[in-house]
Amino acid sequence: MKQEIPLLVKGGRIIDPAQDSDFLGNVLIENGVVSWMMREGEKLPALPENYHILDAKGLIVCPGFIDLHCHLREPGFEAKETIETGTTAAAVGGFTTVCAMPNTQPVLDNASLIDFVYQRSSQEGVVRVLPIGAITEGSNGKNLAEMYEMASAGAIGFSDDGKPVSDPNIMRQALTYSKGVGLPIIEHAEDIGLSSGGAMHDGWVSARLGLVGIPSAAEESAILRDISLVRETGGRLHVAHVSTAGSLEAIKRAKDDGLSVTAEVTPHHLALTHEWILGRREFGSNGHVYDTLAKVNPPLRTSNDCEALITALEQGVIDLIATDHAPHTPEDKLVEFGDAAVGFTGLETAAGLLLTLVQQKRLDLLTVIRSLTEKPASLLATKVSGLGSLAVGSVGDITLLNLSSNWVVDSSNFQSKGKNTPLDGATLTGQVVATVYGGRVVHDSENRFAVERKGALDG
Amino acid sequence: MTRQNQGLSESVSSQLDTWNRSNVLDLDDFSRSEVETVFEVTDTMQEVLSERTPRIPDLQSQTVVNLFYEPSTRTRTSFERAAKIMSADTINVSGSGSSVEKGESLIDTVRTLESMGTRVIVMRHRQAGAPYLASRHVQTSIINGGDGAHAHPTQALIDLYTIRNKLGAIEGLKVVIVGDILHSRVARSNIWGLVCMGAKVTLCAPLTLLHNDFLLAYKEVEGHLNVEPELDLALEDADVIMTLRLQEERQKQGLLPSIREYIKYYQINSERLRKAKPHALLLHPGPVMEGIEISTDVSRSTNSVIDEQVENGVAIRMALLHLVAGD
Repeated sequence: MKQEIPLLVKGGRIIDPAQDSDFLGNVLIENGVVSWMMREGEKLPALPENYHILDAKGLIVCPGFIDLHCHLREPGFEAKETIETGTTAAAVGGFTTVCAMPNTQPVLDNASLIDFVYQRSSQEGVVRVLPIGAITEGSNGKNLAEMYEMASAGAIGFSDDGKPVSDPNIMRQALTYSKGVGLPIIEHAEDIGLSSGGAMHDGWVSARLGLVGIPSAAEESAILRDISLVRETGGRLHVAHVSTAGSLEAIKRAKDDGLSVTAEVTPHHLALTHEWILGRREFGSNGHVYDTLAKVNPPLRTSNDCEALITALEQGVIDLIATDHAPHTPEDKLVEFGDAAVGFTGLETAAGLLLTLVQQKRLDLLTVIRSLTEKPASLLATKVSGLGSLAVGSVGDITLLNLSSNWVVDSSNFQSKGKNTPLDGATLTGQVVATVYGGRVVHDSENRFAVERKGALDG
Repeated sequence: MTRQNQGLSESVSSQLDTWNRSNVLDLDDFSRSEVETVFEVTDTMQEVLSERTPRIPDLQSQTVVNLFYEPSTRTRTSFERAAKIMSADTINVSGSGSSVEKGESLIDTVRTLESMGTRVIVMRHRQAGAPYLASRHVQTSIINGGDGAHAHPTQALIDLYTIRNKLGAIEGLKVVIVGDILHSRVARSNIWGLVCMGAKVTLCAPLTLLHNDFLLAYKEVEGHLNVEPELDLALEDADVIMTLRLQEERQKQGLLPSIREYIKYYQINSERLRKAKPHALLLHPGPVMEGIEISTDVSRSTNSVIDEQVENGVAIRMALLHLVAGD
């Protein structure tokens, strides 16, 4: 099969933050791993007799993206997404590894369900799926789930994402227990006492629209609580989808104090604000007042929050970018604002939105690539090695980017079943052109793949 | 054709230039001339209502549906009466006893009503924004009869009309809105309407009943809106005092220590009324909880125009039905 034949990714600008590389060159993948990476002009090792070419001229070549936080909805919510459609969307979005949140039905709270996800993804998956197990049984917030067994089945961390672990004592035990297991607790930080009934960010837009707000303090106080618990237990905490400026100080201090705390931010929390619920738009997308497509949790916050999050990402206070890809059916969104499901489909717009921020000079390209490759890979390193880099021997996952092409988001073309994005109609700058997973081309929007060539590399 | 109908037609022709709305969702985008158009048509409707058996053929063989997802007596009956006087067929659909209870979506419901030939849907919903959702999915005119804590444009127009009738004009007046502003759709729509008509608005409430960012929320009307949590200061030189309904559950929600303390600091009583201008108008959108928001003597004083508000309700709603759907 194709996989047997080596793949030469030719003539692109290779950016691999893990190796501090940024140069024009070529990468060869053999047997699913990187066998060499050379600068343009360097004398090449002998090429195999047969190989395929992926022409990367004019493109960025970087390690395949890793999404530490997405919702593939299977089992249980196959109308929203399946492992097949979700991983197809991932490939289009440049993601070669996606970590699946356990808020499915049933909740992924035991080893056999972790096995199920691996089994389904080996049959249907287009890219690598790494399941996250639940912290508590059925994510009920009461009884710890069987973490050792889930870990041995391949879970890469634990989360009750979608809701927080409200009981501080359960959170304390979860951090303590998982420390023994050697995997992080990925916490959806939200104080339900402050957020309950809320439908959007608590601010001037919610005041104007008469909607109940979710105050920033709902997230900040939960993060403070969790960090206190890490300080006491020595546990390993990863804070999911940070959305407020006020959360950053606590995270920074935890890191400065040497606590085992990491954090992620979504592309939408970096780029979009609560004004989107008034129908205001950047990038030319279509919006209207009370737009349920702009409803997400944590909610879109203010432009000050966006700026603070960008700075925090560039300074390493926030470690990485994750999509929180949350596909829903149209019916989930075509209802009254308060009843609408929260979340955006994000795998297919993440790179475009982030690269648009790069184009606008609001965000640094290297930070974006590092946050999608090296950083999430280091979080997964204890469980899966060889991800997030193009170093020799690494997994042959590669994403090709065009930084300057303009494209219009059209959700009807998404591979994801979820068409729920406020970015529909937006013109973004920069996109994923091709994706290589384990040496196989799984996405190629510009027909840059050429079959079998023989002989030496020219040009 | 009756005298009133001729009057109506004449007023209509002069208003075509200033009215091209098929929906009334809020007053946030109303111009002063649009509000004045509503006033003029309402004046005509008042004449109709003064007839012994008021009836005009304006909405003959048209269907007006009152789609009420939240209980309401005054808004619903006032719209129903307005539509009936205008010869419309009226249908009341409530949140209970219909497919709404079986989980039918709002969009399905309004589409069904549209395909039945409904000309106007008057909609009351406990969720902010619901009429906006409806209006995006049907051609049928939507009149917002109150959506959550967001807007109640017909009530605000009633209030504006009542003030204009009593004081001659709204321009330059000082209007104080007192009470549970946070949860009030009446207050939100009135802020737009009052400022649009040239009034200065002061918001007065315990701060738990007034969002921190309220002034930011209305930054377009900056300079015409301010907050004064101390009632005695807020009332100084007020021309109009607009009180709001206080629901007892606010205490359970932890927003107020006690109704007793609310009464002590925020009730409009005769002593407080004296801080305002002598003939200041006292409004309340109803239902009034006498002895809580307003003392009984004050609610029955000559300052009170609460009865006029109710009386003007039918004419305002006739005017709006006429403007969105009349021939």
